[in-house]
Amino acid sequence: MLTLENVGKTYPNGVRALDGVSLAVGPGEIIAIVGASGCGKSTLLRAASGLDAPSHGRVLVDGDLVTVPHEKIGIIFQEPRLLPWLSVADNVGFGLAEETRAERASRVAGALRRVGLSDKANVWPRELSGGQAQRVAIARALVPRPEVLLLDEPFSALDAFTRIDLQDHLLDLWSDLRPTLVMVTHDVDEAIVLADRILVMGPRPGHIFEEVKADLPRPRDRQSAAFDAIKRRVLSALDGSLKRERKADADASPGEGAAMWW
Amino acid sequence: MTVVSMDAGIELVTAPPAARSNGLARFARPLLGLLVPVVLAVGWEVAVRAGLSNGRLVPPPSRIYAQFDELARSGELLRHVTATLLRVAAGFGVGTGLGTVLGAISGYSTLMRRLIDPSLQALRAVPSIAWIPLFILWLGIFETSKVALIAAGVFFPVYLGVMGAVMSVDRKIVEVGRVFRLSGVQMVWRILLPAVLPAYVIALRAGLGLGWMFVVAAEFMGASEGLGYLLIDGQQLGKPAEIVAAIVAFALLGKTTDWLIVGVTAPFLRWEDRFARAGDA
Repeated sequence: MLTLENVGKTYPNGVRALDGVSLAVGPGEIIAIVGASGCGKSTLLRAASGLDAPSHGRVLVDGDLVTVPHEKIGIIFQEPRLLPWLSVADNVGFGLAEETRAERASRVAGALRRVGLSDKANVWPRELSGGQAQRVAIARALVPRPEVLLLDEPFSALDAFTRIDLQDHLLDLWSDLRPTLVMVTHDVDEAIVLADRILVMGPRPGHIFEEVKADLPRPRDRQSAAFDAIKRRVLSALDGSLKRERKADADASPGEGAAMWW
Repeated sequence: MTVVSMDAGIELVTAPPAARSNGLARFARPLLGLLVPVVLAVGWEVAVRAGLSNGRLVPPPSRIYAQFDELARSGELLRHVTATLLRVAAGFGVGTGLGTVLGAISGYSTLMRRLIDPSLQALRAVPSIAWIPLFILWLGIFETSKVALIAAGVFFPVYLGVMGAVMSVDRKIVEVGRVFRLSGVQMVWRILLPAVLPAYVIALRAGLGLGWMFVVAAEFMGASEGLGYLLIDGQQLGKPAEIVAAIVAFALLGKTTDWLIVGVTAPFLRWEDRFARAGDA
């Protein structure tokens, strides 16, 4: 259970990146956060991960206050961020240093099998393709069995085929362990394929503009009419969040427009 | 599930090109580099033997070899090489130790960098040879001043290399360490150390090169043994073969010790994604 209470972030230079975001995510729930560039999506995720403390409000996981990275929270970044000096297997086992060697080996082997990279266990990260490297990053984040997994545009650097493949794959992995997933994305289709709830954020300061429920059965057909209907709602919410911004822009002083945080 | 099939075709492309570089080709490349010196040496030998030159000031290879052989047989060569090697080892050890510690500190902490780096950069601007008179006054004419001079030469490239390497460790990689809640010691051991290792090896090699340079200067300032002494001795007694023999010994030792650093660290650097991979150099 991940709870954000009135979370806000003001950067030292005075830019308000996030204001009063409250959110409760239940066990096993999948949340997608969409919004225009600079609306504070990544700021929100970094606050939830404990990497950057919020300036006000608080983040709780199962009642524990999160101010630094927490053992129940895993995170997957936009880039794989594999450690180039460790083999693929050692990268996957990076978070298991305290386990016994045998336990670590068996969990790493299991994780690599689940992401379909058993044959890559002993190669260097530089030998992997972009999609393979991101699968290793997913395995590394999942192997300590986090209760909450945060994903910051995890597939945005990949080509369209690999992206769809990994979306399906992520759902497969999720159905094994059922962690809570909170994913930032700018791909509306991706949000609808994966999430139970889609939060549309508006900018300056970042806030939750609208929540769209996506209660379709999984696996979801990207071509279905119901999918399209949700997509239209998300897109019009995005449009609405920006309209208000444009109106706000007209009122605001002109110098402010250059400040974008993500 | 379609995950596995996506990338399956890629492996076929990366078949190693090793098959092509076996046999003669593997030895031909290094041999090519020997061509110029061997032709020059043989040419000079022939010229001296044919009476085109007496070879007094530029001794031919046979005379250098004979000198080398004589020094080796009498045990002199070993004595001089040992003395020089010990000085370089001591100076390199001290210089590397100080350079590593101070470089790591000023790379890690902005406050410490602002505090100590300007002074060290100012000292770096002083040609190290200029310290010789002061070192002799402070530390005497014997070993300590020599080791201090070598250490001063080794210190700066190591300090600069380590500081730069620590400062340029990727923030994103450090964040991975934070996500997995590494302690300070673990962060150094599991993230920072491996990340700076490639740059550290280069710094060590640069430092060692300067160590060999400064041992000569150190041995010029009054030594009774060592390869630098042999150089001075050959000059004063008019024995160019002895000078060249000492120079050859320096070249061999310098190359060997550099190769040792590369060889010892190579197993830890196999992961590097380098432009020129080993064997193509």
